[in-house]
Amino acid sequence: MRREIPLIITGIVGVGFVIQYFIPHAPFSYMSDWFSDWFSIVGACAIVLGALNLMKMSAQKVIRKKKDWGYALVIIASFLLIVIIGLSEGKDFRVPGTRFDWLYNYMYIPLSATMFAILAFFVASASYRAFRARNFEATLLLVAAFFVMLGRVPVGDVLSGFMPEGWRLSDLASWVMNYPQSAGQRAIMIGIGLGIVSTSLRVILGIERSHIGGGK
Amino acid sequence: MRLPAILDRKACAAFFVVLIFLFLLVPNARSQGQAVKPDSIGRAISPDSLSPDLYPQAATRVEAIDTPNDAGESISISWKKSIDDYDGGKVKVYRIYRAEVVNGQPGEFKEVGDIPAGHDKYSFQDGNTVDGVEYFYKVLAVNQLRENNIATWEAVSETLPFGPIKSSAQWFDWRRINAFIGVIILSFFIIYFIQQAKSGKELFIRKIAGMEAVDEAVGRATEMGKKIYYVPGLSDMDNMQTIASINILGRVAELSATYETYLEVPVCRSMVMITAKEVVKEAYSKAGRPDTFQEDQVHYLTDDQFGYAAGIDGMVVREKPATIFYMGTFYAESLILAETGNSIGAIQIAGTAMPSQLPFFVAACDYTLIGEELFAASAYLSKEPKLIGSVKGQDIGKGIMLAAIVIGIILETFNIWNFSRLFSVID
Repeated sequence: MRREIPLIITGIVGVGFVIQYFIPHAPFSYMSDWFSDWFSIVGACAIVLGALNLMKMSAQKVIRKKKDWGYALVIIASFLLIVIIGLSEGKDFRVPGTRFDWLYNYMYIPLSATMFAILAFFVASASYRAFRARNFEATLLLVAAFFVMLGRVPVGDVLSGFMPEGWRLSDLASWVMNYPQSAGQRAIMIGIGLGIVSTSLRVILGIERSHIGGGK
Repeated sequence: MRLPAILDRKACAAFFVVLIFLFLLVPNARSQGQAVKPDSIGRAISPDSLSPDLYPQAATRVEAIDTPNDAGESISISWKKSIDDYDGGKVKVYRIYRAEVVNGQPGEFKEVGDIPAGHDKYSFQDGNTVDGVEYFYKVLAVNQLRENNIATWEAVSETLPFGPIKSSAQWFDWRRINAFIGVIILSFFIIYFIQQAKSGKELFIRKIAGMEAVDEAVGRATEMGKKIYYVPGLSDMDNMQTIASINILGRVAELSATYETYLEVPVCRSMVMITAKEVVKEAYSKAGRPDTFQEDQVHYLTDDQFGYAAGIDGMVVREKPATIFYMGTFYAESLILAETGNSIGAIQIAGTAMPSQLPFFVAACDYTLIGEELFAASAYLSKEPKLIGSVKGQDIGKGIMLAAIVIGIILETFNIWNFSRLFSVID
């Protein structure tokens, strides 16, 4: 019964959700909102478990002086700092000028921005590897990328200014993005759509059970 | 189990004939019960002091219908424009009035909305009705002079009241009949091939290189005595990609338990942590190694996108795992994660249905499951006939789509028939 009950609930709710897409009449018209609300409620409760798990893991590392325990100490200190300051501000903790707001604007946002900025360097190294002309496909990628990148910056049109209107590098870049790129992406999207239907059906019918911790 | 009777060849043919017939009906699917009254007659209701020349001709052919394909509480009103409605004409705005039915006659009319003049066709949706209550509607053509945003005078002509009409919720959204038929066809094939597989028929599905490499990747970690990392992406359990990822995690965990290789699953959603923990625990039991499962194998990092990426990057650089799996929903952090893994020489297998992140994974990982492969991977790894059958059904769906694209290209290119309208989807 430990597996059957979740499977029955999954099946009923799954079929209900498929039906509600086609039936605008109540109660089906409310189903999406109801379940969305319930998911948010369960998610909000579950976040406590996540935070506790993080604290427990970090505390264990510090207490047992495991390898790299210093990082765990930083996690605990940061967590407690933001929680204590946030709680001490009361319900107005997000109002501009509060200590919580200061931490958010001058610590959290710059740290996130730093991580995002690292992406530029990773793009450069990944592009170098991807664009090496090892075979026909990689060469094709290199050539397409060369024209698209050049066509997306003003210098591209300066270099191809002598070409007739519609044949400049920016036009070529737009053509590559609008036609071959869109066609490829749509093909992937169609496959994804079919994959989602297939997986959903497997889950609804109870054939796929690994997500509830069971195989056969 | 015996195949249902509808799977007989003749029955199949009949089934598709019916479906095609329904499909052809799509463009003609309209709400029934629309009542049209004869043209209304306009009359002026403005003060007598205004010159009669200022009064516009009333709108005509007012119609009100229960808004089709909706959840009720809405009536759609349409009318034909006044002959004085043209550029520089007398009609400046149309006002829509509504009255409840009192003793079979319209009660007091109240304004429910207005639409500026200057269009060819007019319609208005009154979304504040009560289902089952009968209403009358009338439309006023208004000529006015406005100074400093205040009307100094108005000359109004109104139509005769139209009604009674009441709103109601519908039991089927006919605009979505094409999606409904598509789901039925696809489900039919998936269930058909699941039944085929259950009856023992061998089904062929093409090899997925990324999944073929799972054994090798886990084996490599075992040989090197290093960890395996499994990153289930950023989304929560309400996302199909996460569910697919958790399904794959079960298979990978079973394999790592068999090889006695440590599997670590850092997650960024609490609900995913709870589910993944249960799945990994169960996989270890299934592999006959429940004693080797540790609660901390699946642990929470943070809900924040770049905090999560930074956390994993730090762990990867410090612990140098031999194998990393990235399966699920990824955004801008995909390349940050994959490049860091690449820099430490880990064998990396990625899978996502986010088209914009696929090039990054392809560039930085050894194997990438592209879109649909992510959803087929669990079935592929399990080798269970029932699951393989569903993948086969998915392939047939792809074949149908391919055929539709070819037919559509021909029909649309030569302007024979507006084929693409069959596939228009209403959100």
